[in-house]
Amino acid sequence: MSEASSPEGRPKRVSLFATCLVDQFYPEVGESVVRVLGRLGVEVEVPAKQTCCGQPAYNSGYWDDARAVATRFLDVFDGDGPVVVPSGSCGAMVKHHYAALFRDDPKQLGRSKELGKRLFEFSEFVVDVLGRSGAIGRNGGAITYHPCCHLLRELGVDGQPRALLDGIDGAEIRPLGRADVCCGFGGTFAVKMADISTAMLDEKLDNVEATGAKTLVAGDAGCIMHMAGGLRRRGSPVRVTHLAEYLDESMANAEAGPR
Amino acid sequence: MADPRLKSALEGVYEGFNKGRIAAAADTDAWEAQRDRGRAIKEHTIVNLDYYLEMLADNVEKNGGNVFFARDSAEANRYVLEIAAQRGVQTVIKSKSMVSEETQLNHALEGAGVEAVETDLGEYIIQLAGEAPYHIIAPAIHKSKDEVSTLLAERSGGRRLEDAAELTMQAREQLRGAFRRADMSVTGVNFAVAESGSIVLVTNEGNGRMATSAPRIHVAAMGMEKVVPSIADLSTFLRILIRSATGQRISSYVTMVNGPRRSDDEDGPEEFHLIVIDNGRSKLLADPHLREALYCIRCGACMNACPVYRKVGGHSYGWVYPGPIGAVITPVLTGIDEGKDLPFASTLCGACREACPVRIDLPRMLLELRAQAVESSGGKPAGLMWRGWRAGLTRRAAFDGGSRVGRWLLRPITRGGWTRRLPFPLGGWTTSRDFLAPAAASFVSRFNRSNRNKSR
Repeated sequence: MSEASSPEGRPKRVSLFATCLVDQFYPEVGESVVRVLGRLGVEVEVPAKQTCCGQPAYNSGYWDDARAVATRFLDVFDGDGPVVVPSGSCGAMVKHHYAALFRDDPKQLGRSKELGKRLFEFSEFVVDVLGRSGAIGRNGGAITYHPCCHLLRELGVDGQPRALLDGIDGAEIRPLGRADVCCGFGGTFAVKMADISTAMLDEKLDNVEATGAKTLVAGDAGCIMHMAGGLRRRGSPVRVTHLAEYLDESMANAEAGPR
Repeated sequence: MADPRLKSALEGVYEGFNKGRIAAAADTDAWEAQRDRGRAIKEHTIVNLDYYLEMLADNVEKNGGNVFFARDSAEANRYVLEIAAQRGVQTVIKSKSMVSEETQLNHALEGAGVEAVETDLGEYIIQLAGEAPYHIIAPAIHKSKDEVSTLLAERSGGRRLEDAAELTMQAREQLRGAFRRADMSVTGVNFAVAESGSIVLVTNEGNGRMATSAPRIHVAAMGMEKVVPSIADLSTFLRILIRSATGQRISSYVTMVNGPRRSDDEDGPEEFHLIVIDNGRSKLLADPHLREALYCIRCGACMNACPVYRKVGGHSYGWVYPGPIGAVITPVLTGIDEGKDLPFASTLCGACREACPVRIDLPRMLLELRAQAVESSGGKPAGLMWRGWRAGLTRRAAFDGGSRVGRWLLRPITRGGWTRRLPFPLGGWTTSRDFLAPAAASFVSRFNRSNRNKSR
């Protein structure tokens, strides 16, 4: 058995909550998280019974259904080690919104607060907990970064992903116009209010294409799926990638030796 | 949404007001601390609302004014109409008041044969057009110069003017007549100071000051949440209100009214009335999860920052208050079924909460209202779908089984990993976006497989 943390107190083992979207649509993002953390000396465990944090039903007003799924989430991630999640939105659900969901249930409220303290969004974990930034990998070409709303405004995580991107040698980061404006995803909003959602997406994608970057990096699978689906419909060559995937690729490039 | 003129007006709101707010905030000492202070004052005042309203009423009466507490629009309008009838009022001039938009006072006055004239330029324009405000601080932002020119020419029966300055003069002349004719004014209230019994109006056009001083009767109408305890508190709110609204450091006019003319005053109204209006606000007060909606100081920053408002415009919210604050208070204050959809018209991006000078957690309240809407609808008809979702996500085997069914259903319409047209009820997505097909195997199953291989 290895120790749970390094002599400096940095965790050596974490549980990964992949999120339902990464699990079902973007398994490669989950694999990138495992590889990136592995390179940083952290062993990743994936609880096999995980599904979802409950956010879709919560956001739609079906709190009873959300509570059932959220309670199960608390069971699956019971324990005392850190939990890493490659999503600001699911992270905010657990850290902030479980408090509303469980306000009449002191037992689950207590469990959710405890879990909230040891749950970290991926970039937050790498930079704030592992203390990693600076030279971390190598890549080529122009990229731009979209700060997903819940990561930016619910978790207040913005400097961390940007620091990680800054640490990638050879990546030219182009500033995105109106970067902090929502892409219009909003979960079921994208389907129920498709016209408004589309108008917001069009503005976002115009700004993305205006940067001339070939790669758009973001931190939430929902927003990535939304923007990628819109770019594909436009016939745009811009590729959308999760920060974990881009880091994974950049770290692999650096390991492969000098250019 | 497709109208290029409306689009450019809404872009102007974002580029002008929203960026103006951000610049003003960056330029203000201890901005965040002032927001905290504003919020703390509101928390304290709303929890002790009965105490401060009583103090306000006592002090207004000490200053020689009258105070009337109106439960709803009908009571508020009846009070105004009674005064108008008793004093033989023919013409009422109005200075911008959102609460009188709530009560539809203009209609009530006109129904009683009393002329009502809005004197804020934007309000005057939409009154001539017979429309509702498009924005709470820039009510006619959606009207082009051309439309304004037509409206003013129709009013005066004269020729159409082209130049903006000339148009303003034309409106000014029309309004001068109303100011001279009027026996009574009805104004809004930005803040009412409990300790002094003063009401405060923040304007850029000076019409508010003229309306509070020229006619012989002044009626001020306020939502009951507008009271602040002290003059010191007022200074905090003036600082954050004006910067958050327009990005100005101070507005052109800040008018304080301390009741009717005193014996040694040279001018001012003979009578002063303050109407404190509930109109559904008690429902917000009674709900601890929605109470902070009463902290709102009506600066408009939430709508200026809102990407949905910028796409749908101010008339899509169906009532008086547009934007995120409108989406929260409309369903509660009106109780109408139409307002129930408003909380769902949001991506919950949080730009409004970030912009709000008193940090009202608008997205949180939109979520509360969604839950309340589902509860009052009995959870139908989408409830069945969510019951299925829950069943599929509370067991991993059901989750995997469900995703297999999903993949199988999508397979015939998937090309190269993407679907161009999803069936009902998901078709909204593919009106403008391709849909990514689920992966052949989930992350969890891929991870387990590779771990088994490793340990072998």
